[in-house]
Amino acid sequence: MASADQIVTEAQTATAPGRPEIRQVRGRRRRGNVAWGIIGWVVGILFFFPVLWMVLTAFKTEAQAYTNTPTVIFKPTLSQFSTVFSSGIWPYLANSAFATIVSTILVLVLATPCAFALSLRPVRKTRDVLFFFISTKMLPIVAAIIPIYIAARNLHMLDNIFTLVILYTAMNLPIAVWMMRSFFLEVPGELLEAAQMDGAPLRKTMIEVILPVVAPGLAATALICSIFAWNEFFFAVNLTATEAATVPVFLVGFISSEGLYFAQLCAAAVVATLPVVLAGWIAQRQLVRGLSFGAIK
Amino acid sequence: MTAIAPVATSPPHARTRADRRKQGWVRRAPLLPALIFTIIVTQLPFVFTLWYSLQSWSLVRPGSQHFVGLSNYADVFTDSQFRQTAINSVVMTVGVVLIAMVIGVALALVLDRKFPGRGVVRTLLITPFLIMPVAAALLWKTVMFDPTFGIVNFVLRPFGIGHFDWIGSFPLGSVMIEMIWQWTPFMMLLVLAGLQSQPKDILEAASTDGARPLQIFRELTLPHLRRYIELGVVLGAIYIVNEFDAVYMMTQGGPGISSANLPFYIYQRAFLGFQVGQAAAMGVVVVVATIIIATFALRLIFTSFSGTEQAA
Repeated sequence: MASADQIVTEAQTATAPGRPEIRQVRGRRRRGNVAWGIIGWVVGILFFFPVLWMVLTAFKTEAQAYTNTPTVIFKPTLSQFSTVFSSGIWPYLANSAFATIVSTILVLVLATPCAFALSLRPVRKTRDVLFFFISTKMLPIVAAIIPIYIAARNLHMLDNIFTLVILYTAMNLPIAVWMMRSFFLEVPGELLEAAQMDGAPLRKTMIEVILPVVAPGLAATALICSIFAWNEFFFAVNLTATEAATVPVFLVGFISSEGLYFAQLCAAAVVATLPVVLAGWIAQRQLVRGLSFGAIK
Repeated sequence: MTAIAPVATSPPHARTRADRRKQGWVRRAPLLPALIFTIIVTQLPFVFTLWYSLQSWSLVRPGSQHFVGLSNYADVFTDSQFRQTAINSVVMTVGVVLIAMVIGVALALVLDRKFPGRGVVRTLLITPFLIMPVAAALLWKTVMFDPTFGIVNFVLRPFGIGHFDWIGSFPLGSVMIEMIWQWTPFMMLLVLAGLQSQPKDILEAASTDGARPLQIFRELTLPHLRRYIELGVVLGAIYIVNEFDAVYMMTQGGPGISSANLPFYIYQRAFLGFQVGQAAAMGVVVVVATIIIATFALRLIFTSFSGTEQAA
């Protein structure tokens, strides 16, 4: 990228006044953009490469996956995927889906009124409550796992999917509260005032005025919570065994089994990651907001 | 940045104290279910952790539970493995956060430019963050770092590196590389949001005044990005200090404890060693340390982002 003063001096020395100098500056810019484009694409592909390689390997035979010089051109096969699906991944997928969906619904049901009480109709000590929520995210879960494990054992809730549902709800609740609050704060004040002037009851205001405005926020929050719940591993590996195990626990099986099969493992990894990657791609505009607890719009 | 919450004035009829108290509860009601749920699920266990930390208790020997006072804490502070894993945790957290942030800033600067296919590149760059951590660790352990068939060694073969065992030789470093790969997109997204919120007219004014790009970056962009970088560092650190999946999948903390961080070490003590009391004491120490460090950092960051809401 040419420095600004260089452009200015070059533009000044240009013989023809008026349009040609503008064209020259634009030309520089365009060349600059091409250079940035090349850098951008190179680093983008570099970062994406392990994912790309995972997907490619998933369509290979094991023989093609184990070569000294990586096989790039090959006839794709779906046999690894059929092995994965016939090796009993379905119950794990079902458990993951159940824990993700139910915990996300619970999170939204609990977080939405809570965020409302911390934004549009703020209670006293709103800041303290907000910091309490976020501070629960800082506490190392490993310190809580022992009592949780013992409680689950005594309540006969080990290897029970509802244990994971409860824990995932608690895990995502602070994020959802902060995120939903940031969406509530965007509801225009006039809208509320107008509704109140009309004498509409609070519930009606909620449903008819506020909800339509924050609906995209609800969707974004749900997506973020789903991503975290689907990918969660620590609770799943410690609190489940056979009945309630989720997809990440299924993947662990590949590493402890007698031999490693790259292609089959990659196929399983693709199946495990695909839902979240797709959700993340769709929600990428909202990703920042969720990751920053609503601090960044 | 954020709208100021409408300051609610108490309606005129709420004059008596009882009325006002009732009003307060009506206001508080919507927030109570979430608050109570969170307290029960996240705070109650810590009370028990505290209680367990004062006991000698082995999970495999029923009836072994008895009160021992602070002796578990004495063990923790004299345990050289605990110290080593604490150091590993610091190295891992600081290393991953800083390196991911530096690369993240660089990538964000590239993505802030207009070029053909920018949206696609952005999508490619955020993907590592979306990959399930267990799958990502598995991917790096096998198809990337495998000594014989791994891509990393294939790429480095022209430089004379043959069948090098990365995970065996640099266990902590290998885990950190995998984590940096996963966390760089996170940092990039936060910094990119910062860059795009920077008023463009100021930058243009500076460049017509003859400021060099590097000068503009140092004098204008970097100060503007500061709080976004701080936010990324704090939030990244919160997640990374708790990292378990990558250590578990790639090295199991080994060889020995050379790549174990505190979460993994405590997990080992509790679920492989079945030493509930000791593991709980370690947990308490970690929690206290985290609270001290994080409270200051978090208040600082979120105050700078939500300064307008202090009145609420």
